[in-house]
Amino acid sequence: MQRKSYEGVVACLPVTIPYRRYSTNSAQWWLGRALHELIKRARLRLKDIDGFAVSSFTVGPDTAVGLTQHFGLSPRWLDHIPFGGASAIVALRRAARAVQAGDADIVACVAGDTNHVDSFRKMLSTFSRFAQDAVYPYGSGGANASFALITKHYMNSYGAKREDFAKICIAQRDNALSIPHAMMKKKLTLDEYMSARPIADPIHLFDCVMTCAGAEAFVVCREDVAKSLNLPSVRILSTIERHNAFPNDPMQIRGGWELDIGELWSMAALTPRDVDFVQTYDDYPVISMMQFEDLGFCPKGEGPDFVRSHTLTNDGTFPHNTSGGQLSVGQAGAAGGFLGLVEAMRQLTSQPLGSQVPNANACLVSGFGMINYDRGLSSCAAVLARAA
Amino acid sequence: MTVDLMAFARAVANGDIRVIDLTQTLSQEFPTIVLPPELGQCAPFRMEEVSRYDERGPAWYWNNISLGEHTGTHFDAPIHWISGKDLPNNAVDTINVAQFIAPAVVIDCSRECAADPDFALTIPFVEQWEARHGKIEPRSWVLLRTDWSKQTYTDYAALRDDGAHTPGPEPAVVKWFVEQRDVHGFGTETIGTDFGQGQHFNPPYPAHFYMHGKGRFGLQCLTNLHLLPPKGAVIIAAPLKIKQGSGSPLRVLALVAGGDV
Amino acid sequence: MIEPLVRPRRKNPLKRTRLPLRPQGVRSRTAHGLTAAAAEGRFALQVCLDCNTVIYPPRDACPSCLSARLPFRDLARGGTLIAETTVRTTTDPYFRERTPWRVGTVKLDVGPVVVAHLHGDAVEGGRVRLELKLDKSDSAVVMALPEKDTENMADDPHLREMTCDPKFRRVLITDGRTSVGQAMAKAFSDAGASIVFVGLADPWKPFSGMDDLRKIERVEIVPLDVTDSESVTELAEQNGARIDIVVNTAEHIRAGGIVDRHGLTIAREEIDVRYLGLLRLAQAFGPILRFRGADGVNSATAFVNLLSVHALMNWPAYGSYSATEAACLSAAQCMRAELRPGGVKVVNVFFGPLETEWFQTVPPPKVTPAALANAVVRALQHGLEDVFVGDVAEDIRQRLAVNPKALEREMAN
Repeated sequence: MQRKSYEGVVACLPVTIPYRRYSTNSAQWWLGRALHELIKRARLRLKDIDGFAVSSFTVGPDTAVGLTQHFGLSPRWLDHIPFGGASAIVALRRAARAVQAGDADIVACVAGDTNHVDSFRKMLSTFSRFAQDAVYPYGSGGANASFALITKHYMNSYGAKREDFAKICIAQRDNALSIPHAMMKKKLTLDEYMSARPIADPIHLFDCVMTCAGAEAFVVCREDVAKSLNLPSVRILSTIERHNAFPNDPMQIRGGWELDIGELWSMAALTPRDVDFVQTYDDYPVISMMQFEDLGFCPKGEGPDFVRSHTLTNDGTFPHNTSGGQLSVGQAGAAGGFLGLVEAMRQLTSQPLGSQVPNANACLVSGFGMINYDRGLSSCAAVLARAA
Repeated sequence: MTVDLMAFARAVANGDIRVIDLTQTLSQEFPTIVLPPELGQCAPFRMEEVSRYDERGPAWYWNNISLGEHTGTHFDAPIHWISGKDLPNNAVDTINVAQFIAPAVVIDCSRECAADPDFALTIPFVEQWEARHGKIEPRSWVLLRTDWSKQTYTDYAALRDDGAHTPGPEPAVVKWFVEQRDVHGFGTETIGTDFGQGQHFNPPYPAHFYMHGKGRFGLQCLTNLHLLPPKGAVIIAAPLKIKQGSGSPLRVLALVAGGDV
Repeated sequence: MIEPLVRPRRKNPLKRTRLPLRPQGVRSRTAHGLTAAAAEGRFALQVCLDCNTVIYPPRDACPSCLSARLPFRDLARGGTLIAETTVRTTTDPYFRERTPWRVGTVKLDVGPVVVAHLHGDAVEGGRVRLELKLDKSDSAVVMALPEKDTENMADDPHLREMTCDPKFRRVLITDGRTSVGQAMAKAFSDAGASIVFVGLADPWKPFSGMDDLRKIERVEIVPLDVTDSESVTELAEQNGARIDIVVNTAEHIRAGGIVDRHGLTIAREEIDVRYLGLLRLAQAFGPILRFRGADGVNSATAFVNLLSVHALMNWPAYGSYSATEAACLSAAQCMRAELRPGGVKVVNVFFGPLETEWFQTVPPPKVTPAALANAVVRALQHGLEDVFVGDVAEDIRQRLAVNPKALEREMAN
């Protein structure tokens, strides 16, 4: 069966609430700031928002329902999307179909988290049942330890070197230098990367995101609605989503994209060569490298070569994570999953916070996350294009 | 005859009458009689602190204690032995209380016992003692001074492969005490009034058998007998008034006139 | 290559004692199936009854066929270590003071992929054998050991954290008067304990074996009467801070039931020696053991109860004894929860009839004091919590697991 196109539906209003390393405010506060910014910029009233999707790790004990009353919303379409780095594209997919079906007209998609001094530790220890039973008791190294194992295995299997990962991180840091709220503000050198403090071998300090507080948001609506509000918008050419792909792989060497990638390109009627920049989900550089392979930019196992033979800065041969990604800007919890999509929208509407990718007409945004036990379960991707 | 009790009290208060404590301290470490494991055992002395000026009782200190009727320095009543079981007034709560005060003779065989833990008291030994100190008056306690209470607990209990080896009376002398001298009771420093190997006598345990069989009493685990004169001490030994009790731990006091010993 | 453990130097009395911490012990109910196996030293995972898939992590529906019939079964322990990492940074206070800490991913021969603690001699790419251990939170964890034993294997610091190894530790055997107590003293001396304190009550009562007891290396006789609160308190006050393992060998065994006994003096002695004796030891030694649970190489580590297996199911021929043992078992379970914050294990070692005088008329199979002592030492070396020694104890364990009511009837015959 042919999947329905996203004709007539657009994404608009990329909003970022500038990140702070630690915040005594609640997640509700951060989400509220993002919602407020959306309404202010679009000159909407609260009751115009008739669809609401929210993603947050620290909003508990609230879920989306509690937030409707908290914020004074009365939506006819509501979703709570706790998928971490996959949340943005999943929210985009859900909201787009709701708008197409007429179930909602203006859907606010919001992600945000606070970061108290003990937020990280508390989140790790109750992340999932499998993590509680079978991961956290083993050194409590968190995602860093889990991805260290994945990184080690990938390096053993395909000959990737730390220098290859360094190149990804260094390029992203360059891309972030013009982003005012980025947590990491200085250029990164190869020396600094290689001699950085080890976290969980072979992962070192600059392989890891800095957790922080912040929020990101966007709106999904019909193209004519965006026009009537005078909002520059972005077309959705195709999307894919997959969870718990390849459960029989002993260790994670590929994400679910590998299963559905053909459908992504054919639905978009594009090839990998046709996109002008790529936003991967960069919780760790090894995952970005896997995304280059699984999204079709190079064969499996040739990620290291691909990185060695391209330049990844905004002015390079393969502009990647154009605002610096989470590795440079910071990971504001679930907002980390929105970071790439929101930045892609800015590039495609020529309103970047930092440097502009030249000829930015089409891009691929990828999401990933939810390390439930020993691998990231969720993967998704979207091909977006500048509005005509 | 008028008796001046106040003069007695004054004499005790000013030391003209000396009060000597013949009692071992009740403590967890003091040896008890050990019977064959299949038989019921005498409970040792144990203390459980109830409170000591603490959250269990802020201004007071007290203990709960547990012990047997025959733990430590104790009194044996006639009902304790099968031979005395049917006598009238034979339990600690029914004995005529006047019987808790009586004179005592102290027969010293400490030198003999130092040489031989299996020293057995005989009639000739007592007759020799009487030759020096005079006949034993009727209704006197006979206390056997062995200096056994001065030993370490291990030597005091003197347990070997075949049981205890501690000094005590032969059957004949006990029978003679009761029938020929009408004694009040028999007291020892050792655990038990009987010879350590008394189970091999005929009858076994004659000090218990003959004494209690004739309604006389026992005292054991006494100490300080070396501070008493051979004659002339008055013993106060009043057991607890336990319902149908066979005996009880008690404070045994000896009253000795100032100049004696 | 594991560096052999060095005998610890004397503790600096002016230095603060490191307080015990423990890793997160929360587990789902189903995951505690691993805890049950670890407590007994077994290696068991869920196996789907309907499609035979071996499953890990523990869960409530088969990931192959969604069946809910997923019992835990003992399985082969072999696997390959396919990737390892060394955790150097963590927010968890327990692991934070124990980094670097190696963990790895093991592909089990029987199927699943397991994240495991790594023994120092487990090599990436090499063969390993897995064990289920109780960590300091008393919940089960998987540890990958080298496939074949290596030199000084028990001295690996990660492994020693999961066990109660007597090596270089100081042990208190509460009663040396019995043949069990004497065998226990010898077994701990042989296992490398640096001091074996042996308690004796009523020193004025001689007993056989006294001379041999004094001749065992590193034995120190101390006065201890578990029926005397003052005696127990005094020993703990004087020596509690240098006792790392308590093994309660105080015994009181008499044949006889409840209805046909005459009088209560034997029952009182039983309760006083076994149950109240345990309480006295627990109150006197528990707090100091708990305090010293992380106090270096010779930290406090275990309280061992020797319990009749009839604590679990009364044997009317020894019915009063069984009931008292049951009371001790329940008390031990309470103690286990109370000592857990110190990372101190309460180890229950169950045995059937012993080759000792009070079981004289009971037919074999019976457990010798030496066998019991060796089982205790092994249990501590492996960090076990529930141990069944001898054929009768194992038989009763199995029958109890299947049909306790049938066992109740069988014990009465």
